[in-house]
Amino acid sequence: MTWIIWLLPLPPLLAFFVIILFTNKNKALSHGIAVGAAGLSWLGSMVVFITAIGTEEFGKHIFESAINWLPTGNTWLQIGVRIDPLGAVTLFFAAWTIFMIFIYSIGYQNFGQPKGDHDRPGLPPHGATVEEHGKKHTVPSIEPMYSRFFAFLGLFAFGMYVLVVSNNLLTMFVGWEIMGLCSYLLIGFWYGKPSARNAAVKAFMTTRIGDVFMLLGIAFLYSATGSLTFTDIFKPEVLEALAAAKTPILGLSAAGLIGLLLFIGTVGKSAQWPLHVWLPDAMEGPTPVSAMIHAATMVSAGVYAAIRMFPLISLDPATMSIVAFIGAFTALFAATIAVAQNDIKRVLAYSTISQLGFMIAALGVGAYVAAAFHLVTHAFFKALLFLGSGSVIHGMEHGALHTGDHADVQDMFNMGGLRKKMPITFWTFLIGGFALSGFPVLTAGFWSKDEILADAFGHGHMAVFVTLAVAAFFTAFYTMRQITLTFFGEPRTKAAEHASETPWTMTLPLVILAVFAAGFGWVGIPEHFPALGGIVPNWFHEFVGSTLAEHPEAVEFSWIPLATSLFVALGGLGLGWLVYRNVKSPKQDFLQIPVLKNKWYFDEAYNFLFVKPAYWIAEKFTSLFMDRWLIDGILHGAARFSLFLGHFFRNYIDKPVVNELIGDGTGNLVKASGSGLRKIQAGRIQYYMVVSMVVLVIFAVLYYFLIGGM
Amino acid sequence: MEFIRSHILTLILFFPVLAAVVVLLLPKNNLKAIRWTALGMSLVPFALTVYLWTQFQSGQAGFQFEEQYAWYAALNSTLHVGVDGLSLTMVLLTTLLTPVALLASFSITDRVKAYMFLFLFLETGMLGVFLALDLLIFFVFWEIGLVPMYFLINQWGSEKGERELWKGVKIQARNYASLKFIIFTMAGSLGLLLAIQLLGVLFKTYDLAALTAQWNSLEGTVLGLPVATVKTVSFWAFVVAFAIKVPVWPFHTWLPDAHTEAPTAGSMILAGVLLKLGAYGFLRLVLPLYPAESAKYAGALAFLAVMAIVFGAFAAYGQKDFKRLVAYSSVNHMGFVLLGIAAAAKASGTLDANIALNGAVLQMFNHGLSAAGMFFLVGVLYERTHTRNLDDFGGLFPLVPVYGGILIFTSMASLGLPGLNGFVSEFLVVRGSWPILTVYTAIAMIGLLFTGAYILKGIKSVLHGPLNEHWATGEHKLTEINLREIIVMAPLMVLILVIGIYPAWILDVINKAMMMLFH
Repeated sequence: MTWIIWLLPLPPLLAFFVIILFTNKNKALSHGIAVGAAGLSWLGSMVVFITAIGTEEFGKHIFESAINWLPTGNTWLQIGVRIDPLGAVTLFFAAWTIFMIFIYSIGYQNFGQPKGDHDRPGLPPHGATVEEHGKKHTVPSIEPMYSRFFAFLGLFAFGMYVLVVSNNLLTMFVGWEIMGLCSYLLIGFWYGKPSARNAAVKAFMTTRIGDVFMLLGIAFLYSATGSLTFTDIFKPEVLEALAAAKTPILGLSAAGLIGLLLFIGTVGKSAQWPLHVWLPDAMEGPTPVSAMIHAATMVSAGVYAAIRMFPLISLDPATMSIVAFIGAFTALFAATIAVAQNDIKRVLAYSTISQLGFMIAALGVGAYVAAAFHLVTHAFFKALLFLGSGSVIHGMEHGALHTGDHADVQDMFNMGGLRKKMPITFWTFLIGGFALSGFPVLTAGFWSKDEILADAFGHGHMAVFVTLAVAAFFTAFYTMRQITLTFFGEPRTKAAEHASETPWTMTLPLVILAVFAAGFGWVGIPEHFPALGGIVPNWFHEFVGSTLAEHPEAVEFSWIPLATSLFVALGGLGLGWLVYRNVKSPKQDFLQIPVLKNKWYFDEAYNFLFVKPAYWIAEKFTSLFMDRWLIDGILHGAARFSLFLGHFFRNYIDKPVVNELIGDGTGNLVKASGSGLRKIQAGRIQYYMVVSMVVLVIFAVLYYFLIGGM
Repeated sequence: MEFIRSHILTLILFFPVLAAVVVLLLPKNNLKAIRWTALGMSLVPFALTVYLWTQFQSGQAGFQFEEQYAWYAALNSTLHVGVDGLSLTMVLLTTLLTPVALLASFSITDRVKAYMFLFLFLETGMLGVFLALDLLIFFVFWEIGLVPMYFLINQWGSEKGERELWKGVKIQARNYASLKFIIFTMAGSLGLLLAIQLLGVLFKTYDLAALTAQWNSLEGTVLGLPVATVKTVSFWAFVVAFAIKVPVWPFHTWLPDAHTEAPTAGSMILAGVLLKLGAYGFLRLVLPLYPAESAKYAGALAFLAVMAIVFGAFAAYGQKDFKRLVAYSSVNHMGFVLLGIAAAAKASGTLDANIALNGAVLQMFNHGLSAAGMFFLVGVLYERTHTRNLDDFGGLFPLVPVYGGILIFTSMASLGLPGLNGFVSEFLVVRGSWPILTVYTAIAMIGLLFTGAYILKGIKSVLHGPLNEHWATGEHKLTEINLREIIVMAPLMVLILVIGIYPAWILDVINKAMMMLFH
């Protein structure tokens, strides 16, 4: 079995290389290779999953295999693959959503449509003019970088599979970062748009903040335990030692600090407050990318990693409190922003942040299984919603091109009445939206969200419980606002009037995902649930719970969280419908409050606090002041001093003393005395006689005074 | 065959000189012959090195393939060469990058003969440093490398640009850069020469093995001073010489100038190999000769390393000149090498130290690949546009998609993306340094974060953005990277990927060497 697991990530990677290197000119072949590769990995994943659920006591008999990778002294750092119950369910939803997104992308990127009139790489297609029955009209045009898109999707899928099948933190981190790269490449796919290229950089840098902390956590863990393999790390004696070791930071134990460092990685990747700012901007990418990043893979990966490290994180209560706080706060905080957004994708982006907060909060209160459950159900319904919103945008674009209407096709206030134009999209979107809101019993989202609330209540975390309940109310409210504005009422623009249903490559994935969004909850119905409990065994709890060494206890049933859950879901949905069924323009929307619309001004604050200072440090302080002025200044000073010394020696020692005084000086002296003496030797007898007389007199006088006088 | 086997190191070492002489004898105007001869003959040392790699016994302690010839009998100095896992890795890097750089130089049209001659001569200088087992020979080769590089920058460097020294005094940028390069290195060499002389005078030999043994067992006084004092002083003499070459903050400011002004291939070799000479000096001489001093001053070294990592990254981020940005990235990356060395110096013999050293040496090799690649790519753009100003670019991706893809790939290697080579070495350094120099390692993460910032800045300002009309049409039309240029990049890219996915083939050699050197 392990050989299949080793091979799972390979097809999409090969697809990436083949498309990039060889087939990028041929669009049909490229998408054929990519979809085929995704299908192959999907098939392998299903084989692994089915074998896993068919294995007796799978939690004790997981699939694992490892090889030597890095030589370190006398030992090796091993890497390998592992599928345990948590891995198996993650693999299940990842394989399904990835495969669906690949198929959907064919339609979304307008395969089969003509080339655009003015399209160029790096910009979204603008549409092509075609002649039909002697009449010219505009239709959507194919994406100019169609093949490249599928190559990137392949690399992205590779990253996710690597992450899921890893049996160690190192290769998990490798997959994690490869996805980071792909999200950068895909968000910036239409790099010709300045907003897209900035969003790409923002996404990469924000998540990288989390990643460097995570890298430290990995280094710390590796130093402390000598291994990065989950099996080794989660041995009871290793965990005990980590829990007992103290660190100087915040009074945390080694386990707590490592857990916190790793968790910061999750905060970045899963867009939790305070590193949430990149995700809404990531909407610049084509829609399948949004689904890929926000549902199937990258953000789920963050939560998956946190769930994976639960045995470690849960050792320190302080770390757990931080986790619970961040999760609960993010859940509510993002939900408040979502209610005031008008862009159909941005609402979903904030809702994603909020839902990931639910999972993190669940983890923080110790609800391991509930977090995993919500991770899976959310992946399905959020992928569905993103693909659905993409379908809506696509239908709107069709209408906009057809009528020449230049309205913003992503603004929900420009939509309305789409339920009749796009029935499949409408019904599937409705299912997804209800699942997100936690519509009772019928949707998967209800079961997972209810379990989180029940766990928070059951474990006595009342603050978390109340916060999440309020957030859930907001969730239902903004979801209904979105559905009402988009699909109900009458079309508010020409584009919406002429919108049309999208091709089957787009609607088929919607239908399949809708099945899971509705039905997947049935595998996790609590045993003590009124009426329904016990009819279907709570398979999810049994299965995923067995990943841990100690099987987690299910909380006792209580009516309070259930009633709350029912109230917030139905109340939120109902209120959303009541408020928005007659709203026709943003002016009538009482929630268009600046502070919410501007996301509590976090972008502005970060810009002021971090981005601008970073520019200043880089450009002014380091480059100009430190290197140019200070260090080079000292060097140039030294050079100038040497020059001065040279000058000094030349002009004040060499020239005057050596050259003039000693060199030239001696010469001059000889010359001067020569020319002086020359006058004496004029050759005249009288002259000689006078000189002789004078000398004689001088000597006589000298003789008289010096010698004679004695 | 037997002759080749027994003389393989001297063959590798001096074959480039032979090649240089052959190039000198070719007719001046036959550029094709000169270029292909230089390239073809530079492949011989590479082939020999590959053969050497296969024959090398990585599990065997000490030096292999040793050769010793009389050289300066009066001083007891001999031409003694040999390889271990450390020098072998560096020799491989040198003999690989030289042909790559020569192929990259095919676009040079000015005094090609002299250029190729100097380049091949330079290769011998660099190889000599890595192969020497005699301190005096080491020093001779150390200095030999400077001269050709000086002329390469000074004569073939970029023609534009001036540098203001102080008010009113300006000189041509390439003169400034070449002078700064040679004076800076020479200044460091002075102390190095004195320290080497001290050892030679004391022990009447320059042989490295003999010196290490005797020097480390020395007690009492030397020249009337306590041994500890003498050792400390000469330790710093060595350190400064090598720190300038690495370069370590704050001795690094020659680097952005020299790298920026040098011709493309010159920058490739400067960043790819010459910087490694300094790091190699630390590993080959400083740590074995001064274990106690290294441990004592490890904190200071770590401090300098972290300053290089952090401020190297910030400085790179602050540049407007694409080549200067890449140049500063070397300061940032080589900082990790020194951080690993500092950690190993502090806790010599431990597993953590071993891991840190593995990371440091692998980082030297990796940086050689990615920095050479980056400089070449900057050169490709510069040759076509004659500008390096990032503000002039932007929106080039639709014009040169293949070039863009290669640039992103190489940039990601430089960024340390997992799956590519840089990650493995940086991870090992961080892992090894963390338990030994925890605070410094944590601070270094700021540098790692901003590595991402400057790399993305480069990609964003060159490739992304609205289509650049200036370079799109007419006489300015930017042409796609050509086949020769792709062939230059191909070996680098393949190695970047191979080491990223399966580093054990090279790391095993390094690991064993580090274990035996610093047990």
